Amino acid sequence: MIKLITKNRYLILRRITQFLILFLYFGANYYGWKVLIGNLSFSKLFNTIPLTDPYAFLQMLFAGAVISSNLIIGLIVVLLFYGIIGGRAYCSWVCPVNLITDLAAWVRRKTHHEKDNLVSAMKIKKFRYAFLIAMLIFSTIIGAAAYEFINPIGIFTRGVAFTLGFGWVWLLVIFIFDAFVLKNGWCGHICPVGAMYSLIGAKNIIRVYHTKENCTNCGNCFMVCPEAQVLGPVINKKDDYITGIECTNCGRCIEVCEDNALKFSLRNFIKGEKNEKNSSN
Amino acid sequence: MDRRTFLNNLIQLSAAATAAGAIASAFAEENKDKPLALRPPGALPEKEFIKTCIRCGLCVDACKNRENKMIINGKEIDTLYLAAPGDNAPIGTPFFHPRTGPCFMCDDIPCMYACPTGALTPKECQNDKGEVAIDYAKMGVAVIDPSSCIAFWGLQCTACYRACPEMDKAITIEWKPNERTGEHAYRIPVVHEKYCTGCGMCEMACITEKPAIKIFPREVFLGKVSNRYVKGWSKQDQQRVKNASTKTTTKTPWSSENPIQNLNQGVNWND
Repeated sequence: MIKLITKNRYLILRRITQFLILFLYFGANYYGWKVLIGNLSFSKLFNTIPLTDPYAFLQMLFAGAVISSNLIIGLIVVLLFYGIIGGRAYCSWVCPVNLITDLAAWVRRKTHHEKDNLVSAMKIKKFRYAFLIAMLIFSTIIGAAAYEFINPIGIFTRGVAFTLGFGWVWLLVIFIFDAFVLKNGWCGHICPVGAMYSLIGAKNIIRVYHTKENCTNCGNCFMVCPEAQVLGPVINKKDDYITGIECTNCGRCIEVCEDNALKFSLRNFIKGEKNEKNSSN
Repeated sequence: MDRRTFLNNLIQLSAAATAAGAIASAFAEENKDKPLALRPPGALPEKEFIKTCIRCGLCVDACKNRENKMIINGKEIDTLYLAAPGDNAPIGTPFFHPRTGPCFMCDDIPCMYACPTGALTPKECQNDKGEVAIDYAKMGVAVIDPSSCIAFWGLQCTACYRACPEMDKAITIEWKPNERTGEHAYRIPVVHEKYCTGCGMCEMACITEKPAIKIFPREVFLGKVSNRYVKGWSKQDQQRVKNASTKTTTKTPWSSENPIQNLNQGVNWND
């Protein structure tokens, strides 16, 4: 039992944070708790600290809205947190759509059809970044935050905290897309919010560190990684951080590694100095 | 990767992103165009509102947890909702259905002050002097359908009049003799848009199966008189033409036809 927990420690922690956030949003509306109110496009922490979704902010900017100081402060808080500490942790530790896409990935693993993709993943490698820009341009054209109309993150969090309506259809579509059309298709190839957080967290300090000496090249990490392309250049090749900007810091690779070759570590930008603090203990 | 494949990939990528973006934004555009959604007090004009609202739901939280709670038949009445797909309002934006949950016009306007983006702003909820109060909210305007309002049949009702928080200002009762019976009076409700906040208490109170008085967004329902009409009996309105020039220029030549001919052009008098 203890082994099961330690083997899934990050997974359990992630599920706790994801559900806790949803639960707090729910409680804010139904019971009037003042811990975390709003939803993932904008929230207020303890009724004072604003938190703004950077992509929603950008869309509003492109749509031509007058931006309030609250939004700017919220944006700075979020940029500082993910830019310095979290990286793309939003996607695996906060975003509730991750629950759906992880479930789809699990279904793929259990039914052993992981490689069956109706769309070639190679062909749409950078699609999300192009889509991110396209939706900003379309926001200007239609004069409203265009992606927010279809954003499943918003639909999911609003569904929990407020009303879901027909939103579940859209969430089901994402599940089916991920499970049967393209592996990690939504989070890994389409979602512009994830792309935005990739860019924001490109230079953060918490990263997974790989020790080549311990690696036996078993491939377990590649099996579970939702963004396996970030592992490619490092695993069993060199002692280095997983530097790919699309790494979501989910820690799944660390858990499945039987050889203790991976761990969370603080990235050190000052060269020549060995400073690997282990942040996982 | 050589230049040819790079360019090829780039073009394919842009094409895919444009196609996907076009589909998504066509959906968004279609979804955005829901002019009948009623907004909370202090909302910017719909076009600006849809740009500025970040869909966070702080207004809905504030409304749900307001002090001014209304319980009818043991059920708490919720006013604001965040639109989900299928709610016939732009996804994620706040709206209310007055028939089931009108605005109860809290004095402290919690929803408006909760808004972080300025999509709900006190500037849209004030009078000419700049005083902010819920009574100056302009959420919509009440509209009466005379064919189904029983007051127009000659029955006494006045439910909307009595439900109105701006009683005797937003809805007044006009008395008219009922010529059908010869001895009764019609007591007709009349809405005065200047005072109507669009809270929807009247719509909730209306006794007909489907309400005969409904709230419509002001931009949808209210007309607009062009500038050339000036109320000769209103001193205030006269101010508008105080500095108007008395010189007139005739831009079109006088018609050579006589006035009756001119007005009835195209009329065939023979049949």
